Amino acid sequence: MIVTWSAFGALAVGACLLAPLVGSTTIRLAAVFDRSRPFADNIDAQIFFVARLPRVLSAALVGSGLSVAGVVFQALLRNPLASPDTLGVSAGAALGAILAITFHLDFSLLGVSAVPLASFSGSIGALGIVYALSVVRRRGTSTTVLLLAGVTLTALLGAVVRFVQYVADFTETFQTVRWLMGSLDVAAYAPIGAALVPMTAAFAGFITLPRALDLISVGSESAAARGVNVTQSERVALVSASLATGAAVSLGGPVSFVGIVVPHLVRLITGADHRLVLPASALFGAAFLIGCDLIARTALAPVELPVGIVTAIIGGPFFLWLLFRRG
Amino acid sequence: MAAFSSWMKHRARLTLLCALACGAGLRPWLEANPTAGSAAVIQARARTAPARGDSPRRIVSLVPSTTEMLFAIGGGDRVVGVSNYDHFPPEVEKIPRVGGLIDPNVERLLSLRPDLVVVYDTQLELKRQIGRAGIPIYPYTHRNLADITQTMRSLGARVGLKEAADALARQIEQRLAAIGARVARLPRPKTLLVIGRDRGSLRNVDASGGYGFLHNLLETAGGADVLADMQRQSVMMSTEMILTRAPDVIIELHYGASIASANLDAERRVWNAVPSVPAVKSGRVYLLVGDEFVVPGPRIVIAADRFARALHPEAFK
Repeated sequence: MIVTWSAFGALAVGACLLAPLVGSTTIRLAAVFDRSRPFADNIDAQIFFVARLPRVLSAALVGSGLSVAGVVFQALLRNPLASPDTLGVSAGAALGAILAITFHLDFSLLGVSAVPLASFSGSIGALGIVYALSVVRRRGTSTTVLLLAGVTLTALLGAVVRFVQYVADFTETFQTVRWLMGSLDVAAYAPIGAALVPMTAAFAGFITLPRALDLISVGSESAAARGVNVTQSERVALVSASLATGAAVSLGGPVSFVGIVVPHLVRLITGADHRLVLPASALFGAAFLIGCDLIARTALAPVELPVGIVTAIIGGPFFLWLLFRRG
Repeated sequence: MAAFSSWMKHRARLTLLCALACGAGLRPWLEANPTAGSAAVIQARARTAPARGDSPRRIVSLVPSTTEMLFAIGGGDRVVGVSNYDHFPPEVEKIPRVGGLIDPNVERLLSLRPDLVVVYDTQLELKRQIGRAGIPIYPYTHRNLADITQTMRSLGARVGLKEAADALARQIEQRLAAIGARVARLPRPKTLLVIGRDRGSLRNVDASGGYGFLHNLLETAGGADVLADMQRQSVMMSTEMILTRAPDVIIELHYGASIASANLDAERRVWNAVPSVPAVKSGRVYLLVGDEFVVPGPRIVIAADRFARALHPEAFK
């Protein structure tokens, strides 16, 4: 177990260290850390600290958040197709962002601008609805009901998103389309710091979950028989995974595919034990998204690809290969 | 002509075209721009013959720029339907709307009994439907700056207002040439023309590439487009690209009511995140507000003038 942990840890740390060194332009490391030049004039330092480091950090945060949320949703809903998008939290985050863009909401809080704030509020709103539904459905213990409710909520919020896009002027519609493609180029540290707050709360929840998830993913009755407080664990799982999703989407936009493919990739490597799958997904998800973003910003340099396109184009075939190599 | 002058009056502050048509607005423009057009043009327009019998009398325009052209050449009273995106001149607010580029409402359009419909050439299904109803079409195509006056001339000829359209087109070309001449000898600053960005942050910065009427206007106004090498209308700028392209001037366009003037300063300060960019260092980040930048119609002269004043303030003292 230690070996697996350190392998995934090394992968994530390596990605974090190497990725900022590569980009569409060449920078000199000596110049980056040259203290004798004022920062305002040091273009190498600005490329490193303003353009690259924030996006590597946000890729790490978004990648690990979405991946772990995917693991938790898949176990909670006992469905391999579950992802951070499944319960409508992403759709809520998208709706918040699209409303802020379309109606030119103009406020900021501690250096974080309106769009990510509105996006996170949207995800919390969606979480509120899902949570209320999960409390109501307690009479019967059917994850199918929660799943259907999530799919319905996603469709509903998605329709509202399209309605807002439809009635907006096309310059705004264009901006919303761009947002929906996802982008990690945050160019500042404040949004990352802000996203870290709910993300930390989410990870605090995740730490308590491995054993419960192992048992719940088999069946909630047998989990209860083995002494798991199923109701409470499911709520912690639901809230933590939703918080992580909301934080990730409000920071990077709806980066597709990470939350569904990384958990399965990791399970193919480590097996199904959540004590391994959870941390390994966090680390591998970070490395995976850093890698995809690196491709996104260098493949067609100096023009960039939206990172959400790269995750699916790279992740899809890789996943298919793993899947069919085994079978 | 009544329609034309009322079109003009609404935007007295918007210089040229207004200035040319209504006497009151004329002086400030001419004073600011000694090269501006002569009264002869206005005379020519005033003598324009009324539409002949075979000219369209009920026009639906699904393209904001052709709507503006029709009003500017004195055909505004024949426009019976416009698109959802039309906001200028203010008279269009009273005209029935029939959808836009992707969602034209054919039923509503036909109910207006048009005898000419101006559509985007790419609206294939709509063209088929209107064609089936036997209604003539004017297909609109647009690529760059030169196409604008070209369209104006051919549209004018099509609706029987050739003389006025030719005069206006010539006037616009002369004004653009005059602006170009005025800044021709001056050094051309490397300019980044931003057409969209997330509010309050440097995210999703969308800039004009080396193609399209905004690019042409920028070059006319004496700027060297930092993205001239990219043959596309818009380019998504990463932070790294902004830093490495290092523009001397940044012009950022904001449309219509999208931004309160109180927020302009805050939005300008967003650029301080990239302090090594020469435009930021020297305080040459300009935020221009106005929808003349999105509509490739008669108001491009105003757009070019505003670009030139931002790029070369010394030439307009």
